[in-house]
Amino acid sequence: MTISIRSIEKKFGRYPALNKVDLEIADGELLALLGPSGSGKTTLLRTIAGLEFPDAGQVLFDGEDVTFASAAARRVGFVFQQYALFKHMTVAKNIAFGLDVRKGKDKPDKAEIARRVEALLKLVELEGLGKRYPSQLSGGQRQRVALSRALAVQPSVLLLDEPFGALDATVRKSLRKELRRVHDATGVTTIFVTHDQEEALELADRVAILNKGQIEQVGTPDQVHEEPETAFVCGFVGEANCFDGRVGDGRFSAGALQLPASGLRDGSATAYVRPHDFVLDDAGFEVRVDRAHVQGALTTVNATTLDGRPLEISASRAEAARFAGTVRISARKAHVYAA
Amino acid sequence: MRAVGTHRRATDDPAWTKAVIIGVVMLFLALVLVLPLVAVFVEALRKGVGAALAAISNPDALAAVKLTLLTALIAVPFNAVFGLCAAWAIAKHDFPGKAFLITLIDLPFSVSPVVAGLIYVLVFGLQGWFGEWLLDHDLKIIFAVPGIVLATIFVTFPFVARELIPLMQEQGTSEEEAAVSMGAGGLTTFWRVTAPNVRWGLLYGVLLCNARAMGEFGAVSVVSGHIRGLTNTMPLHVEILYNEYDFVGAFAVAALLCLLAVVTLVLKTALEVAQPGVRGRGGH
Repeated sequence: MTISIRSIEKKFGRYPALNKVDLEIADGELLALLGPSGSGKTTLLRTIAGLEFPDAGQVLFDGEDVTFASAAARRVGFVFQQYALFKHMTVAKNIAFGLDVRKGKDKPDKAEIARRVEALLKLVELEGLGKRYPSQLSGGQRQRVALSRALAVQPSVLLLDEPFGALDATVRKSLRKELRRVHDATGVTTIFVTHDQEEALELADRVAILNKGQIEQVGTPDQVHEEPETAFVCGFVGEANCFDGRVGDGRFSAGALQLPASGLRDGSATAYVRPHDFVLDDAGFEVRVDRAHVQGALTTVNATTLDGRPLEISASRAEAARFAGTVRISARKAHVYAA
Repeated sequence: MRAVGTHRRATDDPAWTKAVIIGVVMLFLALVLVLPLVAVFVEALRKGVGAALAAISNPDALAAVKLTLLTALIAVPFNAVFGLCAAWAIAKHDFPGKAFLITLIDLPFSVSPVVAGLIYVLVFGLQGWFGEWLLDHDLKIIFAVPGIVLATIFVTFPFVARELIPLMQEQGTSEEEAAVSMGAGGLTTFWRVTAPNVRWGLLYGVLLCNARAMGEFGAVSVVSGHIRGLTNTMPLHVEILYNEYDFVGAFAVAALLCLLAVVTLVLKTALEVAQPGVRGRGGH
């Protein structure tokens, strides 16, 4: 199912949570809403689910206006950050809930519900745990139950709010793979909220980056990392060295650091350089190497420019051996944004 | 080094401090709670079991017992339903005037029961606002059973709501949201998700409410009129007998009232044992 968000606005009191947000989500896509806390990403997700209603704008499901349709009428599967499992029901009852509350001929018979529950438990690899209560499960298992409960109603869209937020790093990693696998197996359009850029980049087909209630950029993980459209995206996604300087005559300069900046108007500006985009270059500027430490296959070098700006360089191990004392470097790629 | 088996904790106080504090509490309880309770039973049985039983089976006493039970039977379910509704509205929803409603719920706790009774006399009494209208329609509220029930409801209505509001607030709304997002309607969500989550708190609140409903004196005393065999509840009957120097009778009825209270408390304790963490349970 395709989802269109059209200039959605939402205020909590006087605080604008969403400010004219537009977003198109393609059928079968796995999209991440990425942003810092307070950026409006959860509000946007809840608006899509029908758990919040916008002050202005439209939400369309397959071209049909559902802006003020109830959550129940939208057939969405929602996975909550803190699981929100029904504590007094067994795992099987939890998963069956959405089918069990249907009325009349929409309600599958008991055998059919049991069969569906079994199939879902198998999908999330929790076979045999149907009779347990949520309190008898680990955090990762609870989240799997929440996922299969959301899938039980065969939702047209699956929405997840910080699905791995409360889990430890190892469980997180395996559940990420699990979500990708479940998404690929069911083909359901999926949107998840996260503040963890690594999670968004690893898992999603496309990433929408939110800041202060607005969408900064929507693109593939590669696009948002390599071609960030705004200073915020550049600083938020991936590592970056940040330099405050000025643009004049199509060139950016911050102390000894000179970068081409064609097309930008003169005035103060900020440049971002990824650590791996600094290379040794005899024609470059001088930096003093302070410290180098190995991180897996790469080495991170901490250095200081002659006018005292700290920066971080990432190099292969072989190359890192040449970073000693004072060296000359230049940036092979940079992103410059007018301030 | 200390053996593991001694279970010494960092927050443990020295043994003598603990002994003194526990001792003081015990002594205080014995003096203020246990001694009077024992005295009630001793006084009741002063002239033997027969005299006590005779006092209880006196028609006026039986009428008082019946009226007390009837009052509790009406007031408690009413307040259970009202408390559940109020707690649900306050804990799960936002609406203008919410803070005012919370304050209002506490009113019966903060206002003197005598004042509560007087309010009803003022409203429904012969000289009250609706007095003439009620007289014209031959309806009796003050100095009759409806007044007693109304006063009891007023005095006991915070119990269930007060018990449920913090519980519901702590549980938040995400389980309800989950239910709604899976297609459950409002009523289904309430019965299948909200209510089961608070059932122990509700039962606890109902027990407390019942204990107070049976024991209420002040407000009921004002509206009752003390008509023997008609508008006397057990607490009022105790007072009348006592004022007539019928000490055995007074204490026998008082003992019966105490027994009802003890049964309530035993039930409450049994609940807590059967369901560890009923009070202020945290998360899972």
